[in-house]
Amino acid sequence: MPMMNRIVPIITIIAAIIVVWYASAVLMNTKWATDQAARKGVELTTVELIKDTWSQDRPRLPAPHQVLFDLWKSTGEMALKGKAFSKRSLIYHGWITLSSTLLGFVIGTLAGILLAIGIVYNRVMDMSVMPWAITSQTIPILAIAPMIIVVLNSIGIQGLIPKAIISAYLSFFPVVVGMVKGLRSPTLEQLDLLTTYNASRREQLWKLRFPSSISYLFTALKIGMAASLVGAIVGELPTGAIQGLGARMLTGSYYGQMIQMWSALFAAAILAAVLVGIISMIQSRVLGRLGIQL
Amino acid sequence: MWFVIAFVIWALGFWINHKLANGEYGQSRATRIAIPTIFGLTILFVWECLVRGFDVPMVILPPPTAIAVRFGTSLDILWIDFVQTFIKGALSGYVIGCGSAFIIAILIDGSRFLKKGLLPVGNFIAALPIVGTAPIFVMWFGFDWQSKAAVVVAMVFFPMLVNTVQGLAATNLMQRDLMATYSANYIQSLLKLRLPAAMPAVFNGLKVATTLALIGAIVAEFFGSPIKGMGFRISTEVGKLGLDMVWAEITVAAIAGSAFYGIVSIIEKALTFWHPSQRGHA
Amino acid sequence: MVSNSPVIEAKNLGLTFETNDGPVHALKDFNLAINKGDFVSFIGPSGCGKTTFLRVMAALEQPTSGTITVNNVSPDEARRQRAYGYVFQHAGLYPWRTIAGNIKLPLEIMGFSKAEKDERVSHVLKLVDLEGFGRKYPWQLSGGMQQRASIARALAFDADILLMDEPFGALDEIVRDHLNEQLLTLWEATEKTIAFVTHSIPEAVYLSTKIVVMSPRPGRITDVIDSPLPRERPLDIRDTPEFLEVANRVRNGLRAGHAYDE
Repeated sequence: MPMMNRIVPIITIIAAIIVVWYASAVLMNTKWATDQAARKGVELTTVELIKDTWSQDRPRLPAPHQVLFDLWKSTGEMALKGKAFSKRSLIYHGWITLSSTLLGFVIGTLAGILLAIGIVYNRVMDMSVMPWAITSQTIPILAIAPMIIVVLNSIGIQGLIPKAIISAYLSFFPVVVGMVKGLRSPTLEQLDLLTTYNASRREQLWKLRFPSSISYLFTALKIGMAASLVGAIVGELPTGAIQGLGARMLTGSYYGQMIQMWSALFAAAILAAVLVGIISMIQSRVLGRLGIQL
Repeated sequence: MWFVIAFVIWALGFWINHKLANGEYGQSRATRIAIPTIFGLTILFVWECLVRGFDVPMVILPPPTAIAVRFGTSLDILWIDFVQTFIKGALSGYVIGCGSAFIIAILIDGSRFLKKGLLPVGNFIAALPIVGTAPIFVMWFGFDWQSKAAVVVAMVFFPMLVNTVQGLAATNLMQRDLMATYSANYIQSLLKLRLPAAMPAVFNGLKVATTLALIGAIVAEFFGSPIKGMGFRISTEVGKLGLDMVWAEITVAAIAGSAFYGIVSIIEKALTFWHPSQRGHA
Repeated sequence: MVSNSPVIEAKNLGLTFETNDGPVHALKDFNLAINKGDFVSFIGPSGCGKTTFLRVMAALEQPTSGTITVNNVSPDEARRQRAYGYVFQHAGLYPWRTIAGNIKLPLEIMGFSKAEKDERVSHVLKLVDLEGFGRKYPWQLSGGMQQRASIARALAFDADILLMDEPFGALDEIVRDHLNEQLLTLWEATEKTIAFVTHSIPEAVYLSTKIVVMSPRPGRITDVIDSPLPRERPLDIRDTPEFLEVANRVRNGLRAGHAYDE
């Protein structure tokens, strides 16, 4: 049962993580619990202590079930009550973050592919721009995020667009570098074959270079998607943020609402996993139809 | 007036690069450095001219000259920020994160079960927005550099772990069989074959980690910091609309990032000189 | 020189792999005795078990039935006693070590002193005609030279037995001829027992004192030929009628076993 073979170790690791988490929650929340008990002049038994550490209002480390419960409260439960898009709902905040992520991701990817084609087919562009594209991966571009937000706000562009620009910028470079690698992956023999058919540059691009670059593209898309999401989240911080998952994390930290911070973080993580997972699924479909084995 | 200069400079830069790229020295090392440099300088000049020509206010986009001036006059602040964010936050987190990931990868090397479980989980975690843990770490470790280092550890650990595990698996059957014919024990095989063979993948992880470390340290400061640090300076100066200082800090970050990456690359070249990708065969 | 005590003895040896498509009999009813100083070639089509037998001798595979002894002990024990050197199809030199460093690899593992290591390295480099190349890196050498270095590595620690798995298979014919000659000279000089797997009939006949012809499904011996050719063999012996006779015998053995059942 090869499927079982692969799943069992993963489940074991996840189970181990959960166990360690619960144990750490006990360790980290104990002090608060004992302090509170001392104030009331009460002594807690071990069982009571443990139960307490797993159900505090403002724990140092929330237990997994607390986070999951809060997550449910702010998403599913609200949806059931028809309040899915109220300001308190994580679905609402998730959507805010998601919309700038997706917009930025699409813009960044398209621009990246165009630039990659330009680099592969134009010598000057290759030699002047490509080194910068590679270097830019070593520069912490995310540091520019606050500035872009504030500057654009001051000339009247607010909300979705500035965050999308940050997301676009962050997904742009991985896509450029990955696509260039992919467009250049055909072997000399494959290129020579097309030359013997007198193929034009456009035919070479569509019939050989593009198909060869698909695997590289998908790898870059996954990196770009994760980066876009982080960009959108960080973009929500500077404006004394009020909307979006990043904003929820920030306000959670301002008001000491640990559980709220964690559920926002979980929501962001789930969003990232789903987005990257969708790309993976599309990847296996597309590569499968092209006959490429991963 | 400025627009004319801008146009002239842009055209000149493009023309020079075009000539260089297609000329007889198109492939030489000097040309390969000169062209992107000329490109970069052209952008800077055009930036300067356009900002002056359009009379762009300083609070939107300062010209490069203003940034250079601010840079020159703020060296002491920039240095303090650099030490706080890079040396204390990013570097310590980098060493702890990469070091522990490397050691743990070797420790779990013997267990196929653990590897089969940890690799997918590790890849998964590496794709998550770990920067979001910054406020949580601030709550646990306080506002100072320790919480930033913790964020960096969280960000670099899993990519480094995954890369090292993959590196340790990079030997082929024939190489391992050879070791078997010498009756080499586990430690000998590890030290003489698998660790050297793992170096390319390990350094791939280390290079990726340099970028993550710096980003982690700076962005973590957006969530709260004592009164120093690059991320702190950027967010407060942005609030004060002191954009020339922001750009100065970004310049420091850019230099630090590329220098960090560059140093690791140099060490990589020394230790993996034998790999085809380093010999220019790739 | 050639004594009558078998150095390697296999009796009713069998090795069956369990695969998803059913059992695969890599070796069946394998009986063979190799004497000290022999040069034995194993020849046959893919899947006939020749490499498998080599690996069983090297304790890289375990037989599922029958017995085999190397130097009168189990292959595993022989391996621990460092009784043999193995040469693979590809040189498999570690690219991060110089040629000298590569040759020192087994010596380091086996605990030789520094002086001994240096001495042995220069000795074997001379044997394979690679003197002066110790400081080079593998990628700086041609394929043939890399394979010579691999042989040198196998000779460095005085193993009496040399197990070679199609060592010249990846090289072109001209280099191959040259290396065949050198191998014979080496064999004369060192008096080792050599087990050699090959696909090439001329190579098998040229090099060996004994030729084992094998066939697949199940992997078994079709013929064992004791070569009548003299020990002194210049390359042009390949054109003599005696040579062609042996080659024909080998070829017939291959045809008989192969049965053309595809």
